[in-house]
Amino acid sequence: MTEITLVQAVNQALAEAMRADPDVLVLGEDVGVNGGVFRATEGLFKEFGADRVVDTPLSETGIVGAAIGMALYGLKPVAEIQFVDFIYPAFDQIVSELAKFRYRSGGQYPCPVVLRSPYGGGIKGGLYHSQSPEAYFAHTSGLKVVVPSNPADAKGLLTTAIFDPDPVIFLEPKRIYRSVTGEVPAGEHRVPLGVAATVRPGTDVSVFAYGAMIPTVLEAAASLEGEGVRTEVIDLRSLVPLDEEAILASVRKTGRAVIVHEAPRFVGFGAEIAAILAEKALYSLKAPVKRITGFDTPFPYALENLYLPSPARVAGAIRDTAKEG
Amino acid sequence: MSEAAAGRRTAPVAAGPGLPPEDLPKIYRTMLLARLMDERCLSLQRQGRIGFYVPLQGQEAAQVACAWALEPTDWVFPAYRELGIALVRGIPLTTLFDQFIGNAGDILKGRQMPNHYGSRDHRFVTASSPVGTQIIHAVGAAMAAQRHRDPIVTITFFGDGTTSSNDFHSGLNFAGVFHTPTIFFCQNNQWAISMPREHQTRSETLAVKGTAYGVPGVVVDGMDAHAVYRAVREARSRALSGGGPTLIEAQVYRLGPHSTSDDPKRYRTDAEMAEWRARDPVERLKGELVRSGQLTEADDEKLKEELRTEIGAALKQAESTAAVDPLTIFDDVFAVRTPRLDAEREELRPYSAPGSGGHP
Ligand SMILES: Cc1ncc(C[n+]2csc(CCOP(=O)(O)OP(=O)(O)O)c2C)c(N)n1
Ligand SMILES: [Mg+2]
Repeated sequence: MTEITLVQAVNQALAEAMRADPDVLVLGEDVGVNGGVFRATEGLFKEFGADRVVDTPLSETGIVGAAIGMALYGLKPVAEIQFVDFIYPAFDQIVSELAKFRYRSGGQYPCPVVLRSPYGGGIKGGLYHSQSPEAYFAHTSGLKVVVPSNPADAKGLLTTAIFDPDPVIFLEPKRIYRSVTGEVPAGEHRVPLGVAATVRPGTDVSVFAYGAMIPTVLEAAASLEGEGVRTEVIDLRSLVPLDEEAILASVRKTGRAVIVHEAPRFVGFGAEIAAILAEKALYSLKAPVKRITGFDTPFPYALENLYLPSPARVAGAIRDTAKEG
Repeated sequence: MSEAAAGRRTAPVAAGPGLPPEDLPKIYRTMLLARLMDERCLSLQRQGRIGFYVPLQGQEAAQVACAWALEPTDWVFPAYRELGIALVRGIPLTTLFDQFIGNAGDILKGRQMPNHYGSRDHRFVTASSPVGTQIIHAVGAAMAAQRHRDPIVTITFFGDGTTSSNDFHSGLNFAGVFHTPTIFFCQNNQWAISMPREHQTRSETLAVKGTAYGVPGVVVDGMDAHAVYRAVREARSRALSGGGPTLIEAQVYRLGPHSTSDDPKRYRTDAEMAEWRARDPVERLKGELVRSGQLTEADDEKLKEELRTEIGAALKQAESTAAVDPLTIFDDVFAVRTPRLDAEREELRPYSAPGSGGHP
């Protein structure tokens, strides 16, 4: 097996799904001739042609609405939103239509659309090329929300998402598109949705994170080894459906929880994890749950490195939590 | 292209005077400043001195002549490629460099990517990245100006690709219904990143899209400063005399990449580039000035030197300005910081000093 980047793994998943099933097609802005602004669809236009790799006009409403129509008719469209920051013109199509079609039709009209989109900060993208909007989608019943943190998961989760019968918002951590490489199983590789991964076992503090925060958290955890803090790191991988059992099992073991995400803290995804712990594991907790997140401001340009949770801030929270109780 | 050359219109407008001849040297100077500023910024980005840049090469005449036709009291709602407009409005070079760097002198406080500047003093509204959102704002501002009976117009800038956005259509519809004094200035630079104009829409022109909304549409050769000035002047006086909005399609060409993240070799040919290079708007106006005896090659070299020095001085000043204060992250979310934001500010403080480990 050779090591590939996360964005190459996305590309591989798309190419293999398209080879395996003629109903799979890709659409979006600059995805065809140009191969995507991040090159996620590189080579697909050449292999599959303009019928299956569709360069669309500049309209996210159009992209998502058309993908819904295709899915109603039986195709498996994978739409790219160039940056997730530009998904909002399509919010109505996603929230009112994509998420509710199956339900409102009594199950007659499933909508197996995948919306792939780069998310997150750390690339000097400022307000509109950096956001982490997972909470909006996780809050919308009927949407699955998936966030890979490494090449193998990117391929496995995307493949599963494409063949899943429900709509999936697939958020790709663009900061680590190329900085993280890893081995990826050749051929069809599926990772089930709703199963978290323990990426570092430990006994003192549980850290829950996903996407581009995983390398940050692992760096923080490693930096605390010398101090004798044994940190367990859980990569949630899929936010909806959520692996509650993995979260609860880890906290029943460690008694301490830190949650890390880039998105703002207030009503962020971490609030749901904290609520689950309060509801189902309160008596296992030896310390208050801590959240290290983006601040409750829009995403700044010049100061993005201070806005984003850094290994130092994460380590600080783990250390403080480990001391309590 | 032939349509532009013929000055083809989808609605008749009276022929007006071209650019005032005595202004031509100043207009040329501003176009050249935009070109040289652009070249400098592209190289600053390559050197890592600014993070990103969106060039305007090929669109200088359309922008400078358009802005020349406006009054300082008019409101501008730009996209991200409007350097020529910004320069005519009088936004200083240092203000631009401060924004590109995002330093303590930046009036946006380091919040936005380069090119997304704005200056209230210049009635140049701060730009956003999502395309098209500004179009309907220009219409709303015009509705407000109508209420106040202010003799101004609002003008909004956007590209060919942006005519596919929802807000373009909402904007034209509102402007038509409320008969607002708004100019929709579309710079059709033939490409929306890798998407060519002819794949963006089946319409024969972009200007024709105004027709169904009851908004007159005009096509002009955007490489011709005179034609652009005339069209904007006409649209402006019609708007002020209660004649409502106009959609202007200036046909130009994006000579450079979409942005410093883009590689146009992936989707367009050298032959196409060369064809448009031959129509370079800066060269075109220079030729006119040389032919009329208002400029010599020697003058032009001297002017370039002068402008490069001006750019260099502004850059030097911006690069010696301090970094933006980390704790300003929490300002301007609301008029007054909430207790929650105050608490987060204290949480960040220990990590905010240089070398404190807060920087990943
Ligand atoms: C809503 C939205 N979708 C996608 C993008 C990404 N994007 C930035 S510029 C651009 C092309 C714009 O083309 P056009 O309107 O012709 O303007 P130009 O850049 O050519 O001046 C795209 C797709 C965006 N900024 N906003
Ligand atoms: Mg364009």
